This record gives sequence, C-alpha cells and structure tokens, in this order.
Amino acid sequence: MRFRLPFAPLVALRFLREGRMQTLLILAGTTGGVAVIVFLTQLITQLQAQIVDRVLGTQPHVVIRPLEEANRRAFDDPAAAVVIEPRAQRLRSVDQWENVARLAAAMPGVTAVSPTVTGPAFAVRGQANKSVALMGIDAERYRRIVRMEEYMVAGRFAVDGTRAVIGSELAKDLGIRLEDKLRVALPNGRDELLQVGGIFDIGNKDLNRRWVFVTLPLAQSLLDLPGGVSNLDLTVADIFDAQAIATRLQGATGLTVDSWMQTNAQLLAALRNQTVSNNLIRSFVILIVALGIASVLVVSVVQKQKEIGILRAMGASRAMILQVFLIQGALVGAVGSILGSLLAFGLLNMFSAIYRNADGSPLFAAQLEPRFIVLAALVATGVGLASALIPARRAAKMDPVQAIRA
Amino acid sequence: MNAPVIELVGLTKAYNIGTPVEAEVLHGIDLSLAQGEFAALIGPSGSGKSTLLNIIGLLERPSGGRLSIGGRDTAALPEAEITALRGRSIGFVFQFHHLLPAFSALENVMMPTIIARGAPDDEAEATALQLLDAVGLKAHAHKKPAELSGGQQQRVAIARALALRPRLILADEPTGNLDTHTADDIFALLRAFNQQTGCACLIVTHDPRLAARCDRTIQLVDGSIASAG
Ligand SMILES: Nc1ncnc2c1ncn2[C@@H]1O[C@H](COP(=O)(O)OP(=O)(O)OP(=O)(O)O)[C@@H](O)[C@H]1O
Ligand SMILES: [Mg+2]
Repeated sequence: MRFRLPFAPLVALRFLREGRMQTLLILAGTTGGVAVIVFLTQLITQLQAQIVDRVLGTQPHVVIRPLEEANRRAFDDPAAAVVIEPRAQRLRSVDQWENVARLAAAMPGVTAVSPTVTGPAFAVRGQANKSVALMGIDAERYRRIVRMEEYMVAGRFAVDGTRAVIGSELAKDLGIRLEDKLRVALPNGRDELLQVGGIFDIGNKDLNRRWVFVTLPLAQSLLDLPGGVSNLDLTVADIFDAQAIATRLQGATGLTVDSWMQTNAQLLAALRNQTVSNNLIRSFVILIVALGIASVLVVSVVQKQKEIGILRAMGASRAMILQVFLIQGALVGAVGSILGSLLAFGLLNMFSAIYRNADGSPLFAAQLEPRFIVLAALVATGVGLASALIPARRAAKMDPVQAIRA
Repeated sequence: MNAPVIELVGLTKAYNIGTPVEAEVLHGIDLSLAQGEFAALIGPSGSGKSTLLNIIGLLERPSGGRLSIGGRDTAALPEAEITALRGRSIGFVFQFHHLLPAFSALENVMMPTIIARGAPDDEAEATALQLLDAVGLKAHAHKKPAELSGGQQQRVAIARALALRPRLILADEPTGNLDTHTADDIFALLRAFNQQTGCACLIVTHDPRLAARCDRTIQLVDGSIASAG
C-alpha cells in the first residue's frame, strides 16, 4: 500500500499548488522576512561575539588587586557627602596572594588563575628610550589568561632567567630582533639586561609598545616586591558570569576585584542597545510577515469560497476546513524559513567575502547555528499558523449554500 | 411499505428574517419520500425547488417545521452531526457540476470517502474507479474537470454523489444545461443506480419528458406543494 496524504494536508497542498502566484508571493515574503531576521541576528551576534572576543583577547576576565589606599575625611554626619581624594598609589602586593589564588581557583566557574607583578619601567637601547610596563608572569599560567602563543610573530612565549618577550611595536621602535639584547631601567634605579626570546603582535598598538614580559622572580626583584604579586588574573568559564564571580570574590577576600564587565561598562551598554534595536527590527519584520501571510490567505479564502462550500456539502466538518487553511499557513511558514535561512547563509557568505578587516582577514565567519535555524523555523511556522487562523475561521464558518452560491 | 427516508412536516423557510425585506419562500411543506422511490420535483422558476432541495440536503436549515432523515429529527442535531449525516447519507448532484478544479476526476469521486475516512485508501480508489467505469469515464479518470465536457463533468458529479452509497440522492437540474441525448444518458444512470442500490432519489427538472419517466412527480408552486403524485 502506498503512502497517501490525509484529507487536510492533501487539500492544503492542492490549494497552494492551484493558487501558484499567491503561493509564490507569500513564500517570497516569508523567505525575505526570515532571511532578514536570520541574517541580522547572525551578523550582530557574530560581530558582538568578535568585539567581546577581541576585548577579552587581551585582558583577564577578572582581576584581583590590593585595596586602594584612599584619604577619607572623617565626617560624622552620614548625610554629608564623603569626599574621597585620590592618592598616588604605590606598588603593593596582594596580601597572602597564594591563599587568595587558591580560594579563587576553587570558586565554581573560575577556570584559570595567574599571578602577575606589574610596574612601570623604561626600555633603553642606545639613545632610544621607551616607557613600558614590566610584566612578571608565569608563562604557563598566563597563557590561560591571554592566549599569547596565538599572537607570537617571532620566537616563543616563554620567559626564563633574563629572557623576555616584547611586542612588535617596541621591537620596531628600538630596532630589536629576536635574540637581541635590551636594557630595562626602573624608577628605583635598578636595571637589567634582557634577551628577547619572543615578539608578539596582540592586535593593539599600545599594548604592542608597552608590554615587556619577564619571569615572576625577576619582576619581583626589579620592582622591590619580593615574594609579592601586584594582581591575580582570572579566566572564567562563562564570560557573562564574570561580574557575579567578581562580587563573590570581593566578599570572600575583601580585596578590590574587577570584572571585564565593569572595566568595559560602556562597551557592554552599547552591545545591549544594539541587541534591543535588533529585537525591535525583528519584531517588526515578524509582524509584517504575519500580515503578509494573513492577507494573502484572506484573499485565498475568498477565492476558494465555492470549493469550501463543495467540501462542506460533501461532509467536511468546520474543523477539517480550519485544518486545511492552518496547514497552508504553517507550510508556507516552514518552507519560507528554510529558504530564508539558506538565503541568509548566502548573504552572510557574500558579506564576509566583501567586508574584510584591515589585514584582509574576513570580518566574521559566515556560519549558521542549527539551533537558531530550528528556532527561526518554529517561529515562522507559528507565525504562519497564527496568521492563518483568522481567514481559516472565516472559511470554516461559512454556510455551504452561501459559499457555493458566491 | 418501507420507513420514509425523508419526512417533512409543515416545513417553512424565510429569508432576511426580521428585516423589511423578509420573504417566506416555502410555506408549510408536508412531504415524505420512501426508500427506493424515484421522484421528480417540478415547478416554475422561483417556486422554491432549489431551496427545498438544499434544506432536505442539510445544506441550509429550515425556519420552521420538522425535517426527519432516516427517522431522525434534524432540528435537535448539532452542527457536527448534521455535517456527518450529510456526508454519509446524502449524495448531492448540483445543476453545475461543482467539481473541485484542483483534483482529477478520480480524486473528485474519492473525495466524499476521503472526507468520511480522513484519508484516501486503496478501497476508496477501487470503488471510485468502478463508479467512473459505470458512468463510462474510466479512460478519463486522471483528467482535471476543466479537461472534460459538460456531460462528462456531470457524470463525474453523479459518480461522486454515489461514492458512499447514500440512502438519498438529491439532484438539482442535473441535466439542465445538457443536450437531450446526454440528458437522457444522465437520467438513465441515476435510474440504474436507484434500481441497483435501492436509494431514494429526488430530482429537480424542467423537462416534462423526464418527469414522466419518474415513479412520482411532486409539483411546487409559489413555495407550496400543488400536487405530490
Ligand atoms: N439567499 C436568499 N435570500 C433571499 N431570497 C432568496 C435566497 N435564496 C433564494 N431566494 C428566493 O427564494 C425563491 C425561491 O428560489 P429557488 O432558487 O429555490 O427557486 P427555484 O425553484 O429553484 O428556481 P429555478 O427553477 O429558477 O432554479 C426565489 O424567489 C428567490 O429569490
Ligand atoms: Mg433552482
């Protein structure tokens, strides 16, 4: 026995095939609408993810620092504003940083902890002299905070003894090549001759000019911070949990704990605004697609009035007629969303081929999340169903004789 | 004598009730049709023949009086049961064939069965093919209505009306727009099925020749029965 479609889908498909022009019209509308929604969402999601990725590519998700020292005027009146005057911060260590690091590492959601000693210094070569940030790190651990190995343009990201890693801009400014020597001088009068074992390009000129990585012990001795660290850098599993984790750590340690979400509050606000306007556009497109499907189906109901009457005269119930039109709406929505997703994929590919970063690499990778396509299909099918409801009910309610006469 | 297939008692129909143009089209019709009876419904244009047939066919509701089908009073039945009753027990042949243009002749004949069973099946197809064979259209089974002549279309419509072997066949001027020869063929077809299956038939016609070949002639004048054979 061969497969046969049941009544409602059978008639729905025939009606759609019969009204070829209208079917193509709603299908085109639905396809276009879904394509716009999928394209916009994927584009914005990916660009946002890239911005976040780029920002977080060069900074830890969470940083633990010693409490800032502040001068506070002692006021008894709590209503009066407390004036906090900033005071020049001297370099201090995180108290008992090993314990704090252990505590942070044990916190759920934290995937990496890396101690850093950082302070100002001058890089000197011949007559040239550049202000830099000396970064004492454990290369293994720091790699889990910033994926330095991906940014290396020469040598390796490894520090040992007096071997150091510097940025490409500093190397250019001072004319340094791999294995060249470089002197660092500190405000406290100490200095050290370093050998450059690696050069990185992190995609940020300022950081390429400023960061000089050395071992933790070397930085500690140069910066007069024996055994201490100036901050602990953390990586967390879900970047949007960073603030919650920072707040918890602050409560547990009493230290200053900042998340990337705080330090990049403006960026975050901009991303949120973008998401809101994206949602607004999507809602309007969905509304327009729904109106489109509904209006064409209304016309189709009027045109099919006689056929509806004939079907009713042959014993088709109101529910059966209702089903015929609901299936038409759902089918148009489902097929439209598949075509729309394909169209969006094509557009994304085109877009990523045309718009490129300054270095020629694609601005983003054209990809569609299957999860998102399924969601779009469900939404479009739902919208198709909902917008078919009114014309379908109108069709179902008609008296057979009235319908046939019309 | 068999139990009546349909029974009308004091049936009335008015249009535009409660408006200034209210008009009663049928006035107190008393009528019954026995099983196997083959009756002609005649009367001048506008006398209410189509209206009466539509009401008996459960395509519209009467304004007053009683309509029983197979002994069941239809006034008490809810919409869903009326629809089911219409599909299962009544075959309707319209003046204009009213076939579904999107479906082939075969599918049109299968449609009442598809509706009654929810989906097509092999048996429905076999029955439909037999019926098309009986009306001489087996070779045209896969053509769309638009590809058939008027007489062929009307024969498909008759095959469709017979698909579920209804107890009652109602035909509203089935031969009205056909030539005499084709009209005779169509009429003979209905008569043959009436004799084979024992279904009751009520046929509206303007042709006195055809009316004379029926068991009984019911005459409608101005919405009232003038004579009932
Ligand atoms: N929906 C309606 N609203 C108002 N009046 C109607 C309606 N349907 C039918 N009528 C009126 O009812 C009367 C009977 O109409 P009907 O179609 O039953 O006549 P008929 O006997 O079938 O005529 P014919 O032989 O021309 O087909 C007519 O006067 C017609 O104008
Ligand atoms: Mg008539």
